[in-house]
Amino acid sequence: MNALDTAGAWLAEGRKVAIATVIETWGSAPQPVGSQLVVDGDGNFEGAVSGGCVEGDVITAAQDAISTGQHKVLSYGVADETAWHVGLACGGKIRILVEAVK
Amino acid sequence: MTPHLLRQVLEAKAARRPVAVVTDLATGAQRMVARADAVRDPLAGILDAAFRFDKSGVERTEQGEVFVTVHNPPLRLVITGAVLIAQALIPMAKAAGYDIWVVDPRGAFATGARFPDIQLHAEWPDEIIPQIGLDARTAFIALTHDPKIDDPALALALTSEVFYVGALGSRKTQASRVERLKARGLDESALARIHGPIGLSIGAVGAAEIAISIMAEMTKSLRLG
Repeated sequence: MNALDTAGAWLAEGRKVAIATVIETWGSAPQPVGSQLVVDGDGNFEGAVSGGCVEGDVITAAQDAISTGQHKVLSYGVADETAWHVGLACGGKIRILVEAVK
Repeated sequence: MTPHLLRQVLEAKAARRPVAVVTDLATGAQRMVARADAVRDPLAGILDAAFRFDKSGVERTEQGEVFVTVHNPPLRLVITGAVLIAQALIPMAKAAGYDIWVVDPRGAFATGARFPDIQLHAEWPDEIIPQIGLDARTAFIALTHDPKIDDPALALALTSEVFYVGALGSRKTQASRVERLKARGLDESALARIHGPIGLSIGAVGAAEIAISIMAEMTKSLRLG
């Protein structure tokens, strides 16, 4: 089942859902553009947007999106100032769109 | 994304209708475009390339940054031969996102116990394959070694848009297969599309490793042409 199917199934169960999508990559990124992660209001998730490097941060952002309804574009890379806590060990850079389904 | 848009996308995917979702990254506004309508869209050029190359991505337009997500129909793998190599290949192909059809008129081979959770047809390929509909998102492989079963299916595959055609057998088997298919009226350019012997040359031993070599070759055709 891909992430969108999961999102549909979770919505049908009455769960609050957000979707994170890899929209751009540079260098060696573990998941290609279009890869998706679906997150519910409790932080349960399916799919992947990286090799596990930034999922924690993306899940938090997805839960924010569920409460605010606002979409957000996140950027990660080793050259980023956030690299101390979340970054990509592989040396790539990625941008991720996070949006609530509502 | 609204639940309504999500439903529309899921419906299109279920019906094998190619659609794209265009997201304005500044505002978050989204719309769905069917491939059939893309030619009349303000982003026609971008959308056409995205569908053709199955490539989602960010585009810089006069109206700002947009993200185009392509939802092409799922990949399909059609196999003649309910044989051991098919059993080894199916889980790998499923993991890579393929929907699987196995066609083999030999009822003893084509059993649900040997091939659970796929589209299994214990029928002749020329009866069932036209119904499946071979398209550019489909790969076809012939594994029976039996010309009565493989040849008609190969003839259908070679006159379709499938992105990969593979046939199991040695160079000698392949040479005689080409002669038979020529006699059926297939021309040189069609016959050149057959990957035979099937699979990348990795020294594969046994069904599982042959399946890996087939999976790799199919992937190469899909991604590199």
